[in-house]
Amino acid sequence: MSTVTAPASGASVVTGGATVEFRSLRRRFGATTALDGLDLTVRPGELLALLGPSGCGKTTALRILAGFETHDSGEVLVDGEDITRIPAHKRDAGMVFQSYSLFPHLTALDNVAFGMRMRGTSKTERRNRAQELLELVGLPQRAGHYPHQMSGGQQQRVALARALALKPRVLLLDEPLSALDAKVRLSLREEIRRLQQELGITTLFVTHDQEEALSMADRVAVLRAGRLEQCSTPSELYARPATAFVAEFVGTMSRIPGERSGDGVEVLGRRHEVDGELPADGALDVLVRPENVGLVPTANGRALVVSASFLGSVTRLTVRLADGTEIKSDLPTEAAAALPVGSTAEVTLPERPVLVDRRVATA
Amino acid sequence: MASLISKIRFGRGLVLLVCGVYFAVPMAASVIFSIDDSKGGTTFRAYTDLLNAPGFMDSLTLSLELAGVTVAVLLLLLVPALLAARLGAPKLRPVIEVICSLPLVVPVVALTTGIVGVLRWGPDYLSDTPLFQTIVAIQDPSFPIVLVIAYVLMALPFAYRALDAGLRGVDVVTLVEAARNCGAGWARAVFTVVLPNLRSALLNAAVLTVALVLGEFTTASILGFAPFSVWISSNGKSDGQMSVAVSILSLLIVWVVLLLMSAVGRGRKSARS
Repeated sequence: MSTVTAPASGASVVTGGATVEFRSLRRRFGATTALDGLDLTVRPGELLALLGPSGCGKTTALRILAGFETHDSGEVLVDGEDITRIPAHKRDAGMVFQSYSLFPHLTALDNVAFGMRMRGTSKTERRNRAQELLELVGLPQRAGHYPHQMSGGQQQRVALARALALKPRVLLLDEPLSALDAKVRLSLREEIRRLQQELGITTLFVTHDQEEALSMADRVAVLRAGRLEQCSTPSELYARPATAFVAEFVGTMSRIPGERSGDGVEVLGRRHEVDGELPADGALDVLVRPENVGLVPTANGRALVVSASFLGSVTRLTVRLADGTEIKSDLPTEAAAALPVGSTAEVTLPERPVLVDRRVATA
Repeated sequence: MASLISKIRFGRGLVLLVCGVYFAVPMAASVIFSIDDSKGGTTFRAYTDLLNAPGFMDSLTLSLELAGVTVAVLLLLLVPALLAARLGAPKLRPVIEVICSLPLVVPVVALTTGIVGVLRWGPDYLSDTPLFQTIVAIQDPSFPIVLVIAYVLMALPFAYRALDAGLRGVDVVTLVEAARNCGAGWARAVFTVVLPNLRSALLNAAVLTVALVLGEFTTASILGFAPFSVWISSNGKSDGQMSVAVSILSLLIVWVVLLLMSAVGRGRKSARS
């Protein structure tokens, strides 16, 4: 590991980043399997988001890494060393919690200096360093404030400074933005990303918010029922999801019934090429993103516009086919004005759908 | 809306006034009676006689010592138990709550009768055994540990409620995890993070316990010890004016002790901020 000086404030933080590996990690809580053989590697200095629905095991994995949870089997390696037998207070992993976790009886400065106090750092040194870290997170003027005198966003910034104070090898973020309002959330996620890149610290970020994961992370690991579904860059995850679950969990997707046509698929009377192999048997659905679906206003067209959601520069239209299938389409707002609710249109699909999956029965 | 608010304010004020009169009138009457001189004017004879009466300081000191030790024992028992339940076994919380509330349903006389039965137990041939000697030792009149045991049981429900209310206001699990994440072991996490944030709850539990110990009469009297409450009772019977003076003095002493404890708690808090 090397030490660099963050240009913004001069606060030195150990960087170079550690490699974190989860190997065949398993954890059960009674009848519930939280982790079912998780295999995942976090590269040095990268920000990896653990994304998934509630109960998928993402927080359990993070807490096992932090030392707050035990595992049933498997290994957790940091720079090749199995850390599962090391107690939490000696793990060298800074953590920012979902709920505000600042110590209510201490000022912001004392909160940041707390870890150094536990390590016996001299008072002068820890005060200086805590002040530097507060500058790093943009709160030097709040040093003397208690948590109840600060906003949620400010508290999480202080918590971030506290997590960085001990120069951890790994930074763990457990849904740190989920309790904040939308505007603060947006600015703080940019702030976290800036700091993480500046310091080059290996970071695991747990979230169930796909937008947060896609906008912040170098790579996103999608978990489902304790297993890794896919771990890729945000763009790859979005454009080439490995499974239907990933495709539908990340971004918006429409399912349209199709028919086999050689090694391709026929949808709405037109044949489409497919990347990869088709499911071995059974009826098929094709999965397409709203931005890839076109609508052409047509009198007596096959698709009836049933709803419109204004999203700013685009408007999301939902059309219904005669068999009840609903398809979403994002059109420029000006173009969408030509398709009011109740009008009809023809649907155009991309040459290659995002994915072809076994048909899901609809009610 | 404005008329509703003013009605609520008026109702609130009326209730406060009635309560104030209910408490203040008897108190004022007692004070006036205790300093009334039958020959005309006022006299503090009842109070000076009381303070100079034999056993006053001894009984007061014993009561304060009993209160201090009871608070210490109670907190040493309850705080670790409640923290352990919150951190490691949340399912045990209802069990602890029931156990701590049990003394409420046992009358003090019944509890004391039980204690007397235990203290009388034991045939003579066991007199040289450590158990027998322990039973004798806890009845030492200079500091009857048996009273501490009884008071701990009696104060358990009140101290539990005060501590539980404090713990509900603090996310103990997250605070301990955050402290451990910052390099603190279990003990340091509890002492440097949890306990400072439970200061008010600890103080409330201590205040309730002290109030209970200073005012407890039944158990001490039946067991034959003479803390302040028993001394007051036995010394206030000789003279009507003195008995009222005793009541007022005991109230004042309890108030002063409780106010001092609250002031110490508040003083530390404001010094910190």
